Amino acid sequence: MAVMTPRSGGAGTRLGRWMRERLVLGLGLVVLAYTFVPIAVVVLMSFNKPVSEQSKIYKFSGFTLDNWKNPCADPAMCESLLRSIEIGLLATVVSTILGTLAAFALVRHDFIGRSSSNLLIFMPMAAPEIVLGSSLLAMFVAAGLGGQLGFWTILVAHIMFCLSFVVVTVRARLAGMDDNLEQAAMDLYATPSQTFWRVTFPLVFPGILGAALLSFSLSFDDFIITNLNSGNTTTFPMYVWGVSRRTVPMQINVIGTVMIVLSVTIVLIGELRSRRRRPA
Amino acid sequence: MTRKRGKTGYLLVIPGALYLLAFFALPFYSLIATSLYDPSGSDFRGYEMTYAFGNFVDAITDYWQPLLRSLAYGGVATVLCLVLGYVLAYAIAFKAGRWKILMLVLVIAPFFTSFLVRTLSWKLLLADDGFIVNTLQFLQILGDDGRLLATPVAVIAGLTYNFLPFMVLPLFASLDRVDYRLIEASGDLYANPITTFFKVTWPLSLPGVVSGTLLTFIPAVGDYINAELLGNTNTRMIGNVIQSLFTDANDYPAAAALSVILMTMILALVLVYVRRAGTEELL
Repeated sequence: MAVMTPRSGGAGTRLGRWMRERLVLGLGLVVLAYTFVPIAVVVLMSFNKPVSEQSKIYKFSGFTLDNWKNPCADPAMCESLLRSIEIGLLATVVSTILGTLAAFALVRHDFIGRSSSNLLIFMPMAAPEIVLGSSLLAMFVAAGLGGQLGFWTILVAHIMFCLSFVVVTVRARLAGMDDNLEQAAMDLYATPSQTFWRVTFPLVFPGILGAALLSFSLSFDDFIITNLNSGNTTTFPMYVWGVSRRTVPMQINVIGTVMIVLSVTIVLIGELRSRRRRPA
Repeated sequence: MTRKRGKTGYLLVIPGALYLLAFFALPFYSLIATSLYDPSGSDFRGYEMTYAFGNFVDAITDYWQPLLRSLAYGGVATVLCLVLGYVLAYAIAFKAGRWKILMLVLVIAPFFTSFLVRTLSWKLLLADDGFIVNTLQFLQILGDDGRLLATPVAVIAGLTYNFLPFMVLPLFASLDRVDYRLIEASGDLYANPITTFFKVTWPLSLPGVVSGTLLTFIPAVGDYINAELLGNTNTRMIGNVIQSLFTDANDYPAAAALSVILMTMILALVLVYVRRAGTEELL
């Protein structure tokens, strides 16, 4: 039998091992940096002096704060932005309520049709957006609503695709929760509604909040489904699509910068709060 | 936890289920019906249901190129996402230490900026005479009149970029559950890092690989924003065709037939893929 040689004998192997440890982390950081390259461009271009009206060139031509001072230089942009926010809020409220109820049903209750409900909720997430959008358009046209596409048809579509994501997010939170605390509340003579509002709901709430934030950002950012079902109504992504063929107002980069700052702040606050609540 | 029987379950699930039946299942039925309408109909004259299965033959003969192109671009972008995403997810799961949460937040953060605004930034980055093109020309990787914008490279790069988090998050979820001691044990038993990776880490992360590739591939194949903003007429994907048939040409039967073909192809690919990967329990 061969004599076993000790594994990390030489300094060379140790150095190699150290390199390997750092190499993966380093490569990971490079990939992470790559995801921020376009973001850096967005932030930079928000300070860009706009080029002449006719020019289609999209280049950095000088520093200015004008875009930040006049974010609504093109009123059409702010109009579309407000419309996107409005649709996003409405879609979030409706889909979060419907989705949370369904998530409770799927995790906590047994009923006929449970597995087909699961499938119905999973399917919209597995279909490409272009298929979802064209299906809705085909139905609206078949129902004789082809001429009335607009705010309401966009809203209906957004609630539909947000709903599945809400169910999945809230369901994950509920499924990971054990019901000892609720049992204890019941043992201590809390009524079912007290148990629900004092124990269950606060425990599920972070999941519901996360689902609502996800819904809003999905709705706010959607282009493919919206574009097919919007008629003459313009949302913010549709506005960007429109101007991308003409002169791009630098103000879209102001909006882009505000969006990333807001979302990072929200996510970090949530993370810090949940970390503080956890016992050290 | 035992599931409660009784009326409450129905009351809770019915509103959401009805909504999806009305605005997901019914529209899909409507799409299939539209794909079988008489192709000579129009918005003004209305459409007649003639069970025109010929629409499907016409759609494939007219548009097999963008159809195949979409699958190819989506496939290449998915593979690239898998490579980049695996490195990142592995680093976060095993090497990030106490920076784990921060790195995860940073993975998601860029994707809260508008998809379209981000893609426009790539247009700027890849533009002729831009920094990247000039560098590649200087290194002689690109010819002097070579360009990136309006090429398949730009479209695939855009797709890879835009769908990367859909790959990273499921991969991370899978890798984070892997017991790192198994990987160490493999090293202690004289497996070299490559053997360890293919015999231990990769098989354990397979559920994440399967869901990540599906979550990337499906939206990437259907996307047309990247093809429109970063490509040219020779990089049109099936999404571009469907969208313009619906909104510009008003040829509803052809557009619907293409949508149905796309959905069928994706379903078939997903089923074969999931079966071969041996992770059927995921669906």
